[in-house]
Amino acid sequence: MQRLLGRLTALYRTTAVRLSAIYLLLFAVCAAFLVFYVSSMSEGLLQQQMREAVAQETEQIERVFDNNGMNGLLRTLERRARQPGANLYIIASPTGEVLAGNVAAIQPGVLDNEGWTETPFRYQRYQEEARGSNRPMAYAQVTFLSNGLRVLVGRDLGEPENFRKLVRQALMVALGVMGVGALAIWYLIGRNALKRMDRMSDASQRIMAGDLSQRLPTSGSGDEFDRLSESLNTMLGRIEKLNEGLKQVSDNIAHDLKTPLTRLRNKAEAALAGNEKADHRIALEEMIGESDQLIRTFNALLMISRVEAGQAPAEMSAIDISGIAHDSAELYEPVAEDCGLKLVTEIADGVEIKGNRELVGQALGNLIDNAIKYAEGSDDPEIRVSLVRREGDVVLSVADSGAGVPDDKRDEVVKRFVRLDASRSKPGTGLGLSLVGAVMEMHHGRLELDTTHPERENNRGLTVRMVFPVRPD
Amino acid sequence: MKILIVEDDLEAAAYLSKAFREAGIVLDHASDGESGLFLATENSYDVLVIDRMLPRRDGLSLISELRRRNIHTPVLILSALGQVDDRVTGLRAGGDDYLPKPYAFSELLARVEVLGRRKGTPEQDMVYRVGDLELDRLSHTVKRAGREILLQPREFRLLEYLMKNAGQVVTRTMLLENVWDYHFDPQTNVIDVHVSRLRSKIEKDFDQPLLRTVRGAGYMMKEEAAG
Repeated sequence: MQRLLGRLTALYRTTAVRLSAIYLLLFAVCAAFLVFYVSSMSEGLLQQQMREAVAQETEQIERVFDNNGMNGLLRTLERRARQPGANLYIIASPTGEVLAGNVAAIQPGVLDNEGWTETPFRYQRYQEEARGSNRPMAYAQVTFLSNGLRVLVGRDLGEPENFRKLVRQALMVALGVMGVGALAIWYLIGRNALKRMDRMSDASQRIMAGDLSQRLPTSGSGDEFDRLSESLNTMLGRIEKLNEGLKQVSDNIAHDLKTPLTRLRNKAEAALAGNEKADHRIALEEMIGESDQLIRTFNALLMISRVEAGQAPAEMSAIDISGIAHDSAELYEPVAEDCGLKLVTEIADGVEIKGNRELVGQALGNLIDNAIKYAEGSDDPEIRVSLVRREGDVVLSVADSGAGVPDDKRDEVVKRFVRLDASRSKPGTGLGLSLVGAVMEMHHGRLELDTTHPERENNRGLTVRMVFPVRPD
Repeated sequence: MKILIVEDDLEAAAYLSKAFREAGIVLDHASDGESGLFLATENSYDVLVIDRMLPRRDGLSLISELRRRNIHTPVLILSALGQVDDRVTGLRAGGDDYLPKPYAFSELLARVEVLGRRKGTPEQDMVYRVGDLELDRLSHTVKRAGREILLQPREFRLLEYLMKNAGQVVTRTMLLENVWDYHFDPQTNVIDVHVSRLRSKIEKDFDQPLLRTVRGAGYMMKEEAAG
């Protein structure tokens, strides 16, 4: 009992049940209105028909009296009164005394006024037992004839009364059926909804417990529950992916910071074990080198998160991007040459954008630095730094002829700490492109990765484009 | 040289005191902004090293106040903030140089020494001389032992900066800042390559080296002491 009650309470709390209760109420009100409207309309119609029939008969009776006199009238009435389901007929004296007719008794005062009785009145026919107050009711028209006699033609009200009763009964039955049906539907829908909600909340509990691979159940029917589950599942998928990305980054941070820290510690330990003063010096210098690399990584990380967070938007002004391109190319040119690379420039003059010189310079520096690192040793060692205007954008690009980046890895390399060279043998923090990406975002621009020589088999090269939108302001 | 360090991190301050003393620099220490202001006003220093975030009075307001009191001792700002514009705000407040934490001590030392000697640097000298090397800032010519050496414009500026700070260590980042006007870490050895090119031009046909590499720190322009 307790359980059933609990179940019903739970059921009552479901939206489906509440909605159906509201619908039921609305529907019942509408149905009641409709039934009453129909019944009163048809009652009115019936009454009108009755009045017309009575009026017609009264007219006929008057004509009979006019043509055939009192005898004719009595004969006609007698004949009519004998017919089954006949109307009520009374001929009374001017004092109200009943002279003839098929009515045994009548409510007093009915015959006093000519015309329609204002309200239904009670009467009793011959051969019918008086049944107390349950005597039948009737409407009638009273006419005063030219000789002072009074003629009443009436009609029993049983017929419209029965009809009304029938209609009311039908309404009751309909309401009853509706109520029972609604209850059944409540229970079925509510229980179904409740079950599915239970399954969904079970699944969310498991997800909250940390199992992000869990998904909400779907029935495959494509209904609103399925749609909700599906969008929640898509969201979960995205969260899971972000989470994995974050985990990947922390793993990479751990690796990139742990490796030099371990080396640092090992060097200190080895130096401590040795006795030679010269060895100590070398070890210490190496340790400083390691620390510098660590500081560099930290600084790059901080820089990226600050640029990305964009808390205090860096100072933006009109900057001579042509100048930056020339300066950077000039800065890196000797290094490129030392590595056996040709650094070619193709820089449009006098191009200005709104931006931060420091950050754009550093981003470009990173790109050239990367290009030098990865283009080294290819057959056609060339790095091309170019600046062009393109359809309202200013495009600053660095193209190398190194191994390039496979199409499917392009999104990957922009992420923090991602280096395609799994052994991480080349020096670098793995943060270069992430920083460029962050800088581009700050400038409302975008970063495009492309293949320099798509026609080649090997050494297709990588082209990185920084696309700055030029906004009219 | 005598400097004042205003730094609230006592451990860092103790380390800096020791390191600076070993480098032959006399130093006072204040651990908050107000006492820093007091010391800097009362005593005379060659350089002030001021942390940006300090109790009682923050670094930038300390510098502004000093400048308002007409004290123009060179200031180096240390900051844990690495924001892109921090350098700009720091220099606008009246700082002369800016070093974000974490930094290498050799970097700090080199910058403090350059700032400390700035007062005596002949900014208006038209000709810099180191040994037999001569740089004429007006005619943009470089001569060694009377022989003209042709340099690219950037190489000229590089040499100019090195000779201006002759006898002092200049770090790679200082060169990047002052010669290229960039304040980031170029990661690879870009500066080294530029310096070695310059070196080959000014030292190729001569016995005596002038441009020395200081391990773990940077470069120094100096005439080899006789003998």
